[in-house]
Amino acid sequence: MEISRRALLGTAAAVATVPVARRARAQANTIKIGVLNDQSGPYRDTGGPTSVICAKQAVEEFQSKGFNVEVIAADHQNKPDLGASIAREWYDREGVDLIIDVPTSSVALAIAGVSKEKNKVHINVGAATSDLTGKSCSPTLVHYCYDTYMLAKSTGGATVKAGGDSWYFITADYAFGQQLQKDTTAFVTAAGGKVLGSSPYPFPGTTDFSSFLLQAQSSGAKVLGLCNAGGDTVNSIKQAKEFGIKMRLAAMLMFVTDVNALGLDAAQGLVLTESFYWDLNDRTRAFTNRVKAKTPNNWPNMIHAGNYSGTLHFLKAVADMGVAEAKKSGAAIVERMKKMPVDDDCFQGSIRVDGRGMFPSYLFEVKKPSESKGKWDYFKTLVTTPADQAWRPLNEGGCYFVTA
Amino acid sequence: MMGFSRGQAVAFLLMTALVVVAPFVLYPVFLMKVLCFALFACAFNLLVGYVGLLSFGHAAYFGMGSYVAGYAAKVWGFTPELAILAGTLTGTGLGVVFGWLAIRRQGIYFAMITLALAQMNYFFCVQAPFTGGEDGIQQIPRGRLFGVISLQNDMAIYAVVAVVFLFGFLLIRRIVHSPFGQVLKAIRENEPRAISLGYRTDDYKLVAFILSTAIAGAAGATKALVFGIATLTDVHFAMSGEVVLMTLLGGLGTIFGPVMGAFVVTAMENYLAQFGAWVTVTQGVIFVACVLAFRRGIIGELGAKLRLAL
Repeated sequence: MEISRRALLGTAAAVATVPVARRARAQANTIKIGVLNDQSGPYRDTGGPTSVICAKQAVEEFQSKGFNVEVIAADHQNKPDLGASIAREWYDREGVDLIIDVPTSSVALAIAGVSKEKNKVHINVGAATSDLTGKSCSPTLVHYCYDTYMLAKSTGGATVKAGGDSWYFITADYAFGQQLQKDTTAFVTAAGGKVLGSSPYPFPGTTDFSSFLLQAQSSGAKVLGLCNAGGDTVNSIKQAKEFGIKMRLAAMLMFVTDVNALGLDAAQGLVLTESFYWDLNDRTRAFTNRVKAKTPNNWPNMIHAGNYSGTLHFLKAVADMGVAEAKKSGAAIVERMKKMPVDDDCFQGSIRVDGRGMFPSYLFEVKKPSESKGKWDYFKTLVTTPADQAWRPLNEGGCYFVTA
Repeated sequence: MMGFSRGQAVAFLLMTALVVVAPFVLYPVFLMKVLCFALFACAFNLLVGYVGLLSFGHAAYFGMGSYVAGYAAKVWGFTPELAILAGTLTGTGLGVVFGWLAIRRQGIYFAMITLALAQMNYFFCVQAPFTGGEDGIQQIPRGRLFGVISLQNDMAIYAVVAVVFLFGFLLIRRIVHSPFGQVLKAIRENEPRAISLGYRTDDYKLVAFILSTAIAGAAGATKALVFGIATLTDVHFAMSGEVVLMTLLGGLGTIFGPVMGAFVVTAMENYLAQFGAWVTVTQGVIFVACVLAFRRGIIGELGAKLRLAL
């Protein structure tokens, strides 16, 4: 008998380490926003804490229309199952009304599924896959300010217009890289350019790009397209610099925050596409001035700006409907968001019926160190693609609820 | 009761009671995740704790189980129990092939071979069309159990997961305490001696390996149904590392240890998520502290204190 009592005590003590489950019930007059992204891994700077700051900034600036707004955040560590379980718990127990950001395609698709099931709003800002408004589209989802199609179109098509008419690709050999190369090739040839060749490399695990870079160089192409992401892109740019590659580098997926990490010395001359840059105009500068004190080492890129603008647009739609009505259905909120024009300091445009945010895209060139006048002065604009041409046409996405 | 000692019987009843009561207190989806990982860690522990074979590639069986179950449920319209069975068979099949190769070596070589095979499996999953590459298999339906009972409700599927977990747990316990399990422990302690006693140790090791991978496959399959997704995370070597962490933290070679370890690691991941970067740091610190000060793990230390084999 004594033994079992001990076993009981022992197990009880172990159970005491259980974190106390917080029972936060949904409050009728509070709108709760969850920022779910990578706070510790490779996408920390492109999203991470600065996204949370920007979402909070939007809440602060939003003139309260008789309801409270609360922002919470969590790290999904780029694990879809962790992301999905946090999302479920947020919707079921915390009374969250909107999940925003969510980089990494696999996590984004999982969260889109959960949000659809629970009829709650998901504004995706961080993930690239154009499937979110295509075959995986959902009536409760808005995909905010970039996707693979728009990147390929702007960087591929617009670079040709700016003089880069012969291309060579270095491609991560898996679905994402291949898709990017295929899309970009289509835009390059449509714009009158030609593709001279490509080097697919094994993914993941390749860190030495030297032989691919030399092959690219010897092809005689003017532009080197990097169909990869994250650390691979950074490595290939650095190595291209070390090998003195004279081609113009075009990164298919890169942000101003990555340029900051690389430094102008290595990144100069690179072209890339974003839909937001802090130094675009007076309004973007005004926005950046308001938030930069809160995030002095990581100024907003398009994902951060998207979190600000998405949150603000969501809150405007909720205010327009009334909280009681908005709480009932995520699909109804998204419906309202699609009807209202987006107009804030970062983005001006609209949300299309399939959930696609319609904003202009910009092809930027990274400045030389001598041209940069100050902190974060990195880009000059080469080509602007207007909103109606920047994105995949509505009828090509294959979204099930779009009737052409 | 199945050869339980009194202490173990009490601990088992306690655990069962907790499994039954917990979903009314904690969030069921979180608990299902714990149970899936607990089963996975138990399967891993069967191999490392009782045969002394440290596999660094258990994510392969877990992940493939999850992919195949997901694919079967989504594309072929399998019912949940058949999907889990398909995942288990996948784990078994992979275990036969990988195990047949790997058990020929011991120690670090065994670990490296399992790691290498798991990495090959990972690359296969990145490229193969049916896994959906880095997007994974999404929106796997939970389906209807035996074609009748809808598992859409969290509590309904929780019951299924709990049954799968308890069944797996008891199976492992039965294996460990069977004459077969005694031979395994003999191999762990002194393989040449077991050979000299006339045991064909390679056969024993292979069977233990396959049992472990089959249960790992079942755990992966169950997880795919719970979350409706099967992705690269499950086959990545970080997952193989995580299961080592769970087992060490809970207590290597204890029957309850991996369950506790899985609970602690998953709880950290879930409940510390709001503190951002601190999750991974905390995990690291706890791991170091555990290895330095509590080498027997939580349950191992507890068992030693209470002079019980938990």
